[in-house]
Amino acid sequence: MTTPTTVADSRTASTPSGRSASLRRLNALARAELILLIRNRSAIFVALVLPIVMIFSIRASLEQIDLAGTGLSVAGAALTGGIGIVLVQVVYMNLVTGYVTRREELVLKRLRTGEVTDREILISTALPSVALAVLQSVLLVVAGAIAFDLSAPKRPELFLLGLIAGFVMMSALAAATSAVTRTVQTSQLTTLPLFFISLFASGIFVPLDVFPDKLAAVFELLPLTGVMTLVRHGWLGGVETGDLVTAAVAALAWTAFAVFAVQRWFRWDPRG
Amino acid sequence: MTSDDFLNDRRDGGTFPAAAPAPAAETVIAVDGVRRSYKDGFEAVSGVSFSVARGELFALLGTNGAGKTSTVELLEGLALPTSGTIKVLGHDPYRERAAVRPRTGVMLQEGGFPSDLTVLETALMWSACTTGARPAAEALEMVGLTSRAKVRVKQLSGGEKRRLDLALALTSRPEVLFLDEPTTGLDAEGRRDTWDLIRALRESGTTVLLTTHYLEEAETLADRLAIMHQGQIVTAGTTAEVTAAHPARIRFTLPDGVPAAHLPLSLQAGADGQRVEIRTSTLQASLHELLGWAVESGVELLGLDARSASLEEAFLQIANTQLRSRADDPRRAGPRHGSDRPTDGSTPNETKKVTA
Repeated sequence: MTTPTTVADSRTASTPSGRSASLRRLNALARAELILLIRNRSAIFVALVLPIVMIFSIRASLEQIDLAGTGLSVAGAALTGGIGIVLVQVVYMNLVTGYVTRREELVLKRLRTGEVTDREILISTALPSVALAVLQSVLLVVAGAIAFDLSAPKRPELFLLGLIAGFVMMSALAAATSAVTRTVQTSQLTTLPLFFISLFASGIFVPLDVFPDKLAAVFELLPLTGVMTLVRHGWLGGVETGDLVTAAVAALAWTAFAVFAVQRWFRWDPRG
Repeated sequence: MTSDDFLNDRRDGGTFPAAAPAPAAETVIAVDGVRRSYKDGFEAVSGVSFSVARGELFALLGTNGAGKTSTVELLEGLALPTSGTIKVLGHDPYRERAAVRPRTGVMLQEGGFPSDLTVLETALMWSACTTGARPAAEALEMVGLTSRAKVRVKQLSGGEKRRLDLALALTSRPEVLFLDEPTTGLDAEGRRDTWDLIRALRESGTTVLLTTHYLEEAETLADRLAIMHQGQIVTAGTTAEVTAAHPARIRFTLPDGVPAAHLPLSLQAGADGQRVEIRTSTLQASLHELLGWAVESGVELLGLDARSASLEEAFLQIANTQLRSRADDPRRAGPRHGSDRPTDGSTPNETKKVTA
């Protein structure tokens, strides 16, 4: 017969540094989150249909603009813009709703009574949406190669850096935005500022080169601009090193700030 | 629900000791001078201290808004107290979360599960997140939810949700189990099943801390209990100890034409018209005197009812006592927090105070 103390000891011993246990928990939570995503029709619609619609509307708007000075083709600008759309809609907007829903359903509070760490809860909630976004980004690259004569990413390391920073930043900004979002319904409002700013001033709809220099310099400081520059020119090439450094610094700084904001302001209990 | 089979089947080979180890009972929960204030200054817990020994079942009783849930949330490690210390299994449940969580089980007063997962999916998710977990199917069987395994959480009744919550709390084969109002929303049968399960867990050596506003629940289950009122523990001990301090009660109605003033003075009766209530610490002697008087005077005592001090008496007396005037205390004037605030000021039916 084991005394309770030895039960405790053996249990502590069976939880080594905890990396494998942590992966097991992430896997279990992410799987549940994936099931929920698949069962949520409106989220699936937003994730699968809207990006395609948006890419076509980007293309339509680009045809009104003179791209001569930018070195971009309409297809190149539209498809790289498409990745921006995926980041904003599939990762950011989807996850704000996700975090708010879990918080208001008291799921976050319940999860925190168990062994799962706060970080694991936040990451696992984001994983299915990020995975979907990765898949869509790959599809866009493949579509660009097959249907639009685009090359594979010319500087894959920059392209990847941009994507990864984009995923982390958008997930973290989603978690931070959820803190100021009272209900699932109001998330449709609270996500709008970043949505519009990113679409029109971070180079998703309209390449920054089209704007006057002074305006473009300000726009470079916006959250998603650095990511967009890395993604666009990592894929299509053709930009000066100085601009890439600026873009990388901006992307990483915003990512760091977003992570800090989550640590500082994230709300686990319902707002009410 | 046959819970004993499960309890004796520990996968790591060991079994729980059949009873709590007798020598020098180890303190499993130690709470010392704990206060908890919310951001707006409302103090929900105002200096609470108690300890629970291994294998004990300890009940926190109180009206809605007494501070039970605010206290238990601190023990569960969901928040830090404003001041005071808490040790669960020798660790700070908030700061040393990783050391405590694998050994505790928690059932929140209001826990949440994603509404679009099925019962089984929820249990599987939870068990994969738990060290040395009970298999999900086993946890569901313990609470009698096996037949509902494929049902979405949103389609469960309130009582079924409580039982799912309990199944998850049991998944870690906890040494210490926190149950915040485990039977609220259950029907009579579900409540009895849950009581049986809690008793079986206690038999197997699990330390249980439960909150409840059902006096019967505390009376039948608890080894020791504490009654909270307005953020403080007003009285604590075994049921016998808690009730010992309170008087027994005799009630009856006098026939018309016999005024209460005719009763022997020594009985110190209180009357409301013909209805009489006597509080006494010597129930047998008082009854003897009363009945003797009734026989001599030829009076029939209608609806005669005599009872020893019960937990209910003790509870009502405490609940009706304003320790501090809420109105005078700005900290208590704040808005309501969570669902543990008084919604109807529900101190059960007022009893007239007549002291023997």
